[in-house]
Amino acid sequence: MVQVKLEFGGGLDAIVADRTKRLQVDAPVRTLGELITWVRRNCIREKHDMFAVSEATVRPGVLVLVNEVDWELEGTTRYELQPGDHVAFISTLHGG
Amino acid sequence: MSTGDTPKTPKLCTECAASKACIQRPYRGARLCRTCFAAALEREVHEQIVREGMFRAGERVAVGVSGGKDSAVLAHLLRVLNERHGYGLELVLLAVDEGIHGYRDDSLEAVRRHQQSQQLPLRIVSFEEMYNGWTMDRVVGQIGRRNNCTFCGVFRRQALERGAIDASADKIATGHNADDLAETVLLNLVRGDAKRLLRCTDAVAREPDEGAAADGRWIPRVKPLKCLYEKEIVTYAYLQRIDYFATECTYAPYSYRGAAREFIKQVETLRPRAIRDMADAAEQLQDTQRRHPSPVTGGSRVHRCARCGYLCSQPYCKACVLLEHLNEGTGSLATRRAGTRLGRE
Repeated sequence: MVQVKLEFGGGLDAIVADRTKRLQVDAPVRTLGELITWVRRNCIREKHDMFAVSEATVRPGVLVLVNEVDWELEGTTRYELQPGDHVAFISTLHGG
Repeated sequence: MSTGDTPKTPKLCTECAASKACIQRPYRGARLCRTCFAAALEREVHEQIVREGMFRAGERVAVGVSGGKDSAVLAHLLRVLNERHGYGLELVLLAVDEGIHGYRDDSLEAVRRHQQSQQLPLRIVSFEEMYNGWTMDRVVGQIGRRNNCTFCGVFRRQALERGAIDASADKIATGHNADDLAETVLLNLVRGDAKRLLRCTDAVAREPDEGAAADGRWIPRVKPLKCLYEKEIVTYAYLQRIDYFATECTYAPYSYRGAAREFIKQVETLRPRAIRDMADAAEQLQDTQRRHPSPVTGGSRVHRCARCGYLCSQPYCKACVLLEHLNEGTGSLATRRAGTRLGRE
């Protein structure tokens, strides 16, 4: 179990249970890839493909930041989560 | 660069070599810290503005705003750069209300919040007033969801221009980014529209005919963010705490552009440079065409719409053709013949 803070932005909050922007969760996962699979199953309530199309990675066009750092600098899905990490998922797919 | 195991030590900014990097930029792969990233992005937009000669001192610039991320960042950057570099511009926010209940009414609230935080004047022009009651809700009521984006796009473009003319603006600035341009290149390619393919990536739209700007018939459009990736704009907004409205348009899921967008994003994950390279390819084609003009891609004749006076290349402008069809109750046929003639004339 790892306790992490989740943030959903860019319109993703609309598909999260309770339509919330922020969640604190205890997830039975080790890596960011596993967290994405877990979030898709446990936090997203509709239109799951807007978040992630397949297992273990987000849909192209969804940004992931770990403690305000681009996940591409952190090994993307292989990043090992630390207790208290703040993971933000922000969609860039919505227009204005 | 190794993308293997999770790094044990944080990667440092490639510019200042002191702070922890927070973004990997898509085009050249530079890793920048929060401060250097914001500085680089602001510098690049400034350089683009200067290089393209986008503005002249004393001009009034209508900034097209929707409440979304791109226009929120555009308005923020233009205000910051105008002060920092003394452009001498008078900025006005200009929003279009298409009349989409549950979408645009919410996003206009975001526009009003931006107006408050930016302290810039705001004008809102509506389809309802401009097109005789034809809000997008009513358009969709007649034609359904298929092709409704064509109506919205044509009407919005003209509404923005008329709003800018009413505001006595000298330029219209829009928040189109590199991803938008790549989508448009792709769409023009698959439509076989060679003329638009060549000019769609212009940072400054070219005058349709000589003197059009001088006699107030046409307002130049500029795209200061055309080289920025969506990823960079969203990250900048996130790190600068710029709030914006992000909900999919009620009617957009059926749009053609959505499919192009999907494709572009997939290509980006494989090769991030591809987005800028697509727009660059169109620019290179245009350079070649300018040196060797051909009838296929040469300029078309521009004149005023016989009904409303808007600039167009056909006897009637596209908006008037679409409106005529809506008034006749044949809106769903209009997109096939738009730009050619009016129903009864």
